[in-house]
Amino acid sequence: MITKIIQKKWFALVSLVLAILALWYAAALVMNGRQIINHFERKHQTWTYSQVISQAYTVKRPMVPAPHQVAIELKKSIIDKSITSKRSLIYHAQITLNSTLLGFALGTLLGILLAVGIVHNKTLESSLMPWVIASQTIPILAIAPIIVVVLGAVNITGVIPKAIISMYLSFFPVTIAMAKGLRASDTLHEELMFTYNASAKQIFWKLRWYSAQPYLFASLKVAIAAALVGAIVAELPTGAQGGLGSRLLSGSYYGQTEQIWAALIVSALLGSILVWLISLIEKRLLTRRGGLSHA
Amino acid sequence: MQTAQTEIESQPTADASYPQREMISVENLSLVFPSPDGDVNALSNINLSIKQGDFVSFIGPSGCGKTTLLRVIADLEKATSGNLKVNGTSAEDARLNRLYGYVFQAPGLLPWRNIRDNCALPMEISAQSSEHQTKQIDKYLKMVGLQAFHNKFPWQLSGGMQQRASIARALCLNPDLLLMDEPFGALDEITRDHMNIELLRIWAETQKTVIFVTHSIAEAVLLSTHIVVMSPRPGRIVKVIESPLPRLKTLAVRDQDAFHALAAEIREALADEHAID
Repeated sequence: MITKIIQKKWFALVSLVLAILALWYAAALVMNGRQIINHFERKHQTWTYSQVISQAYTVKRPMVPAPHQVAIELKKSIIDKSITSKRSLIYHAQITLNSTLLGFALGTLLGILLAVGIVHNKTLESSLMPWVIASQTIPILAIAPIIVVVLGAVNITGVIPKAIISMYLSFFPVTIAMAKGLRASDTLHEELMFTYNASAKQIFWKLRWYSAQPYLFASLKVAIAAALVGAIVAELPTGAQGGLGSRLLSGSYYGQTEQIWAALIVSALLGSILVWLISLIEKRLLTRRGGLSHA
Repeated sequence: MQTAQTEIESQPTADASYPQREMISVENLSLVFPSPDGDVNALSNINLSIKQGDFVSFIGPSGCGKTTLLRVIADLEKATSGNLKVNGTSAEDARLNRLYGYVFQAPGLLPWRNIRDNCALPMEISAQSSEHQTKQIDKYLKMVGLQAFHNKFPWQLSGGMQQRASIARALCLNPDLLLMDEPFGALDEITRDHMNIELLRIWAETQKTVIFVTHSIAEAVLLSTHIVVMSPRPGRIVKVIESPLPRLKTLAVRDQDAFHALAAEIREALADEHAID
């Protein structure tokens, strides 16, 4: 019977989640316990381990909030608040989502255009690629405030600066993957097009675009996660305006660690849902082509 | 089926009194592939003339240059010396004018298009009207027996069916010249026999010129009007044999003496030049 249960699909996921929760509770005990012991010793009080353990999971401003404390905070900010309230995580998630999606769309478009240029023109390849790669080595935490401030000075605020930062992080994987994908078409298919005397434009739209799809979708998953990170990082310098990044910032500013963890969990969930949506679209588009999306 | 048979039989054969124009003219053609450890003489002083309406097989062991010669005619490779005329013009002009249909060893169907759209590909590229495209696709899919699978995708078809679709695709542009590189090489013998007869029927109905690369002596004898025997290192033509068999054949021709005599002549030519090392 045990072997039957182990082979069920959900078993791996459930046991992993349980293991993480167990580790989490242990870590909370250790980290908060230290805090509590210091607190006792400053007041010159005697303490016992059982006292420490009982208090570790109910501390007001814990170092590491226990899973149930985070769960309570999640319930407070998601279910107990209306969606339009400024204290609702759904409200903030939607703000972040807006700039994520806009930045992702712009980044994908930029990435594809760059890749098409790089593949078709050797001069563009040697002149653009170094800049493209160098752009990604600059830490985003340094660039984000600069972009926000510069655009704010010309009165562009709100979603646009955040979307630009998301675009900045998401165009790179798309460029690299599409450049490879556009070149990855079967030699036989390329020769076939040659015997038909097809123009470069026809070869692109009838062959290269399609053989690049598997590469494109793989990079879209990376790009949308990067766009989400970009949107959250972009919110840090302008915390007042809302979004998951601003929740993280205000949580750390006011020492509300449960708030930080709740915002983190919602960010992770949002990222997972976005990547899952891309896989769904990929499956729909590529399985009709037949079993394996080759390349 | 009966009326089609009698129609084919009443058409004149190649050795009737009308002259055939020269489709392919090869003069002293050589192709050398340079390589750091010694050049490869893929083709050496090839001389060949192919008339319109012929079915010509290139046969020989691996490395004798038969596929290379086909690719040079198709302008997929460039000769290093010599002259080549395809339908009176250069190979490049023939390709730019889409004079030929090339059938590769693998079906080479685009996996994201169904069979109908795959056959439409060359016609889309040459900007033909959609009514004409539909007419051609229906006609040639019927000819290869795939009309029921027109909206299926390549992965849903067997290897033989994919290869038939690839032949239909080559025919859709209605080229005067068909270049086929071991198109039935990956098929089992039963399917191969069936495809050979289908190809003979298509050739008889459309009167195209066909150049067919094969390494099967039986296939070459069954299909061809002329057999070009080639030999490797360097790639050269050993002998060009004109087939005494009638143009229209059934599989029963394989039991005739003339068939075996021709096969023996080919085998002798291959062995003579120490072609099988």
